[in-house]
Amino acid sequence: MAPGRGIIAAMPFAQTVAGTRYVFDDLKTLLARATPFRSGDALAGLAAGSAAERVAAQRALADLPLARFLTEAVIPYEADDVTRLIIDRHDAGAFAPVRSLTVGGLRDWLLAAEPAAVTALAPGLTPEMAAAVSKIMRVADLMQVAAKCRVVTRFRNTIGLPGTLSIRLQPNHPTDDARGIAAGVLDGLLLGAGDAVIGVNPATDNVDAVMGVLRMLDTVRDRFAIPTQTCVLSHVTTTMLAMQRGAPVDLVFQSIGGTQATNASFGVTLALLKEARDQALALRRGTLGDNVMYFETGQGSALSAGAHHGVDQQTLEARAYAVAREYAPLLVNSVVGFIGPEYLFDSKQILRAGMEDHFCGKLLGLPMGVDVCYTNHAEADQDDMDALLACLAVAGVTYVMGVPGADDVMLAYQSTSFHDGLTARALLGKRAAPEFEAWLDRMGIGGDDERIPARLSPALIGLA
Amino acid sequence: MTAPALWRDLRRFTDARVGLGRVGTAQPTAAHLDFQEAHARARDAVWSALDVPALEAGIARPVLRVRSAAADRREYLLRPDLGRRLAEGTALPRAPGCIALVVADGLCATGVQRHAPGVLDLLIPTLPLPAAPVVVAELARVALGDDIAEAMGAAAVVVLIGERPGLSATDSLGLYITWAPRRGRTDAERNCISNIRPGGLSCADAAAKAAWLLRAAQALGATGVALKDDMALPAP
Repeated sequence: MAPGRGIIAAMPFAQTVAGTRYVFDDLKTLLARATPFRSGDALAGLAAGSAAERVAAQRALADLPLARFLTEAVIPYEADDVTRLIIDRHDAGAFAPVRSLTVGGLRDWLLAAEPAAVTALAPGLTPEMAAAVSKIMRVADLMQVAAKCRVVTRFRNTIGLPGTLSIRLQPNHPTDDARGIAAGVLDGLLLGAGDAVIGVNPATDNVDAVMGVLRMLDTVRDRFAIPTQTCVLSHVTTTMLAMQRGAPVDLVFQSIGGTQATNASFGVTLALLKEARDQALALRRGTLGDNVMYFETGQGSALSAGAHHGVDQQTLEARAYAVAREYAPLLVNSVVGFIGPEYLFDSKQILRAGMEDHFCGKLLGLPMGVDVCYTNHAEADQDDMDALLACLAVAGVTYVMGVPGADDVMLAYQSTSFHDGLTARALLGKRAAPEFEAWLDRMGIGGDDERIPARLSPALIGLA
Repeated sequence: MTAPALWRDLRRFTDARVGLGRVGTAQPTAAHLDFQEAHARARDAVWSALDVPALEAGIARPVLRVRSAAADRREYLLRPDLGRRLAEGTALPRAPGCIALVVADGLCATGVQRHAPGVLDLLIPTLPLPAAPVVVAELARVALGDDIAEAMGAAAVVVLIGERPGLSATDSLGLYITWAPRRGRTDAERNCISNIRPGGLSCADAAAKAAWLLRAAQALGATGVALKDDMALPAP
């Protein structure tokens, strides 16, 4: 039998803190109790009962040999295709530099290592290892190590080069009105956004409506000759139908999770994602590269779907990245504050989770962005988003969202504005993707004039 | 209309916050304070409760009242599992082969209060199966409809539920359709129509789409990912 198939019985872990001995029954319990507090783990009944229990779990976790993750799965190999993907794809050669280390030893190794060594480690780490080490790291540690990871992807431009910060232009409209969306696109372009993707969340999953938005976005991209890619974030099966009917699809979008049952709740399987990717590759629309997938994730989705198997939400989030990396995506982002206060209650929890998600994604080799966001029933506001955005930008986040005025009028939540993207770039000396930056210069974007540059005439894209 | 020459002219095409201008890389003071005011209003709307008597008066049909297992608004927010279950001891009449109709407060009651009666008026005459008595549910999540419909023995359930308040709209209604509803159905097994409000989808368009989806669900024997919204779009 191969490792990871449950041949080693779960063994309990014990740790004494301040005179009290804490016992953790198995690996998933240890991971859950070691997790910084968040409402979703409390909702699932998995959170540590006290601060002392949490630190006891963190100490026990720090002493755990990494190799243990290859013999004890948090969800059984037989029961879950994400576990099978994780174990079957594990690269023992890439793991070699750290194979004799503990989780605590990995933290020290990552903080001391050169960027090339950290980057090369990605295929040798399982998501559970990444999640485990993040649980014993501070936000500053998460920033430092993530900043060392080099992940570059390409479709019509180059995303993730050192010193760049890309923006997804998100021009959503409550009725998918073509001119309403086009006005949002133009506004974003004028503020330097759109190098990650021009991506619309459709208000409806109606196939004809989705195809209409796809055509409109492609027309805008073509008229202005923008070196970027477009996407309508409909369900993968709708996008596949649109491709079959001849719609101009650059990227295939899908929300994914860290367990088979979570993905089932999203209406997808691993085989379906492969089929969709093959279909998009066959269109050969990328000019610089063939990263054709775009995934979104977020802590709490598994619990929300009743598919968490007693595993904490941050570990499950990291497992979603194992799904993502199977398909060589152009873009992946956690929608960290979108899910609501029952999973991440307030700005403290959202900030920590956003930094964990970015770190784990990067460490596992993904082009990781974050939707820096919150809903109106969470205890958070735009000041909190400024702090998270700044931390992420320092950590080298691949991209963030650009929403007109930070207010998404279709999805009814607040994200980062085009202005926020410009501010983060200006404060940290970051630049747009090189091909896109050259285009901004050619088009005369970035001056102080209230007038729209002639080359970006709104009449060219139906705004008259 | 002539094409917009100035950036701020883009505002005529969308309610989104376009054409704000900029000071350095930041938003001008007026735009910043407009946002702060809208956020304050949305925060207040989160706690809006359903006025059940007023809603009943608007529906003009027999209405049953139920609550979820959540005790209050705060528990409702933090315990979605309780919002998906009927309160202990809830009794509902049987309505086998009917379509259960549930009006639920959700995360913001304003949209339900304003738009649910209008959608029901237009939808009920076009249903492909008889309508069960309307159920008004408080402290409810979408999946509470599964519990309600299962108790009634209904063939399908339509849940009209308040969407969470945004900055630009605090009166948005969502509509979820689930065929063969029972406890444990996942979101991939439902079809959703969202943004029902002035400035979004009209009550008439929402009711027409819901009726189309219900007929298609009846033919397919399922809702969700398997049921594609392929309704013809109106001519532009």
